[in-house]
Amino acid sequence: MFTRILTSALFAGFAAGLIAAVLQLVFVQPVLLHAELYETGAKLHFGTEGSVSHGPALTFDAMRDGLSILFSALVYTGYGLMLIAAMALADERGVKITTRKGILWGLAGFITVHFAPAISLPPEVPGSAAADVATRQVWWFSTIAVTGLSMALIAFGQNWKAWGAAIVLLLLPHVIGAPHPDTFTGTTPPELGSLFASRALGVGLAAWVLLGLFAAYFWQHEGNA
Amino acid sequence: MTTITRTTTRVNSNTLAIAFTALLGLGIMIFAGHVQASTLHDAAHDVRHASGFPCH
Repeated sequence: MFTRILTSALFAGFAAGLIAAVLQLVFVQPVLLHAELYETGAKLHFGTEGSVSHGPALTFDAMRDGLSILFSALVYTGYGLMLIAAMALADERGVKITTRKGILWGLAGFITVHFAPAISLPPEVPGSAAADVATRQVWWFSTIAVTGLSMALIAFGQNWKAWGAAIVLLLLPHVIGAPHPDTFTGTTPPELGSLFASRALGVGLAAWVLLGLFAAYFWQHEGNA
Repeated sequence: MTTITRTTTRVNSNTLAIAFTALLGLGIMIFAGHVQASTLHDAAHDVRHASGFPCH
């Protein structure tokens, strides 16, 4: 059991993490590097020549991007372990995990750790103002905890008591509200901020669908071995 | 009696394995994405921003 859990989680998480890293380096990194020019003051929003919309060319920085690949693989391995733990728990209770259904598991994971927190605390482009990091972390972890629980209630609940609780839990963090800064002192243009947030969510969606797919595939495959 | 004991042991060890896996995953995610130690923060900076984690 434990070997099956660990093997599936590590394979699925590592593979999804590597794909996430490539997508991130191609689609998110150029926006991030461009925003950093505004964060550091190298470019100036509303400056005479500072807001030219084309950013730096796509380059590969071996050290910086190598670390990104490593940490992306780590983060998704962490996600993979948690996802496989949830799958194993469901399997114990007679839920059949098929590769196709893995896509739904992945979507639920994406909603839990990317989409739900982003509704009130969008992915932060460098050079944007933000509230105290510890407060944001408390809100972020609370949000993913209640959203994850509500995903389980929606998927496995049998009646409106469960689904009703899920709806309340889904709304709760956003009714309470995420911590935001007292003043908006961000230096990065909103055009880059919104592009950054939607690109980050797009990469998260792709990576999580693949993570769900891989996790379910390896879980089944290791179970038959 | 023997069967009951075995079943109980198996369920318990599975539950333990599941709990351990979930905690290990959470630990890795916290380490890679949320610990604010400056070396870790700098190394993981771009991934943290792109993953929507609260950063800085």
